[in-house]
Amino acid sequence: MQWLGPEEWAAVRLSLRVSAMATLCSLPLGLLVAQALARGRFAGRGVLNALVHLPLVLPPVVTGYLLLLALGRRAPLGAWLAERGIAFAFSWTGAALAAAIMGFPLMVRAMRLGIEGVDPRLEQAAATLGASRLRIWLTVTLPLALPGILAGTILAFAKAMGEFGATITFASNIPGETRTVPLAIYEFLQVPGGEGAALRLVAVSLVLALGAVAASEALAQRSAARRRG
Amino acid sequence: MIEVRAQKQLGEFRLDAAFEAPAGVTALFGRSGAGKTSLANAVAGLLRPEAGRIAVDGTVLFDSARRIDLPVRHRRIGYVFQDARLFPHRTVARNLSYGGRHDAARVIEMLGLGPLLDRYPAALSGGEASRVALGRALMSDPVMLILDEPLSALDAPRKAEILPYLERLRDTVRLPILYVSHSASEVARLATTLVIMEAGRVLRVGPAEEVMADPAAVPLLGVQEAGSLITARVEAYDAEDDLTELALSAGRLLLPGRAGVPGQPLRLRIAAQDVILSLEEPSGLSALTRLPVTVTRVEEGRGPGVAVGLAAGTDRLLARLTRRSARSMGLAPGQQVWAIVKATAVAPQDVGG
Repeated sequence: MQWLGPEEWAAVRLSLRVSAMATLCSLPLGLLVAQALARGRFAGRGVLNALVHLPLVLPPVVTGYLLLLALGRRAPLGAWLAERGIAFAFSWTGAALAAAIMGFPLMVRAMRLGIEGVDPRLEQAAATLGASRLRIWLTVTLPLALPGILAGTILAFAKAMGEFGATITFASNIPGETRTVPLAIYEFLQVPGGEGAALRLVAVSLVLALGAVAASEALAQRSAARRRG
Repeated sequence: MIEVRAQKQLGEFRLDAAFEAPAGVTALFGRSGAGKTSLANAVAGLLRPEAGRIAVDGTVLFDSARRIDLPVRHRRIGYVFQDARLFPHRTVARNLSYGGRHDAARVIEMLGLGPLLDRYPAALSGGEASRVALGRALMSDPVMLILDEPLSALDAPRKAEILPYLERLRDTVRLPILYVSHSASEVARLATTLVIMEAGRVLRVGPAEEVMADPAAVPLLGVQEAGSLITARVEAYDAEDDLTELALSAGRLLLPGRAGVPGQPLRLRIAAQDVILSLEEPSGLSALTRLPVTVTRVEEGRGPGVAVGLAAGTDRLLARLTRRSARSMGLAPGQQVWAIVKATAVAPQDVGG
């Protein structure tokens, strides 16, 4: 990619790394929470639901600031983690954490819909055939909810690629460390003559977003076609 | 041997049912909403009774007094659901092997599943899906089978396609079978024991032949459905008139078409409304079958009908006539009369092996 300058290229690479990290790390927890919200009957279900949706309704800056209060270097938890070599604030892992939290409600919503769409009577049938709960989940629930799970994963990834407010508040805007594509676009627009670089990054964002949508569509088509026999 | 006792409040509906049945096919018979499926679900472990005890061949699956409640997956009950419930994302082969590969080759052969193995459930007809569901349940090596109206979603030709498989199953696989149905002709073809349910309660339990021939059970079965079960043997086939001659304990019965090979035993259901009674030996009638019978019981129904129990040799017949006819004929237990059965009245779905 000759037409991307080194600074722009660094932003693209960082964005991909941050988004991949954010998506992969939130995937298991997202599945667990989606399953619990779709099928679980437990005290505190409403509270969990509200908590998961909070980043969707809070201003991103507020989410970022809350993260800073909890995990900043001077916060007790942040300091405790920093002593053990895990620092979030002002590092790319912090950007990944902010992106993961912002994408989490979207991920859980889509996965939950996918799981709720699985006929529980099929899970009952699997139980009568001697399958354990884990096996039922892995062999019946998961594959049938796959379109929703993929949609949730792709949505979360796309959200991570575009996350701005929480990232800049919590992880700051450090070139090569936390300056992801949206932050870089914002930065380029602040300096005279930066429009060209900004536009190139906009083009990259567009291509990645369209690619993600096309990929999820293709996967959904394939699983639907197979089910039609 | 199945022992079932289950109580459960389900909204307005109260399930409070108990029965015991020997080996063979036990039919749970009753209208929709009688609680048949709820009771079957309690046996399978999909519904937990508030109180009761469920045991199959001496193994206790549920006992509220002893706090035993075996999880569904440990009960080893092959459940063929009304709606088949095949896994849509797995091929027929992978549906079949989900619960195990017990006796796979024979099950696939017996149910004729070979040509379907690579298909997905969406590409199966209703009858094929029922067969796959049955095969899947059998291959999980169950200690008992529950068939919940496995034929209700099928049209008549598909039913005729599945019923012989179920008969083979009854005769070859020595498994207790709980068969949920609201069709008297299915019950007549398959059941050893009949359990009649209404409004969550068991009204009547007994050997199928006995209950179905009992005039007192006519209102429970429904007047349209009532009819007795008799055992017959194929005597000969008349190719010219396309009639099969059957030997009954009390005489001969002619059936249209070829019903089997000579010597083959048959079980058939003769609907109560297709039996006509005559005080004298009839002649000059178009109906071909007439049997000398003895009246055993006259049971007044809720409506204008009367159900008459008849002994025909060692078999029992059931006739349904109006109260007025019964009165004018002076029917009473012990009386010798003639029963006339119209050959075409025995529907093909009522003839089984």
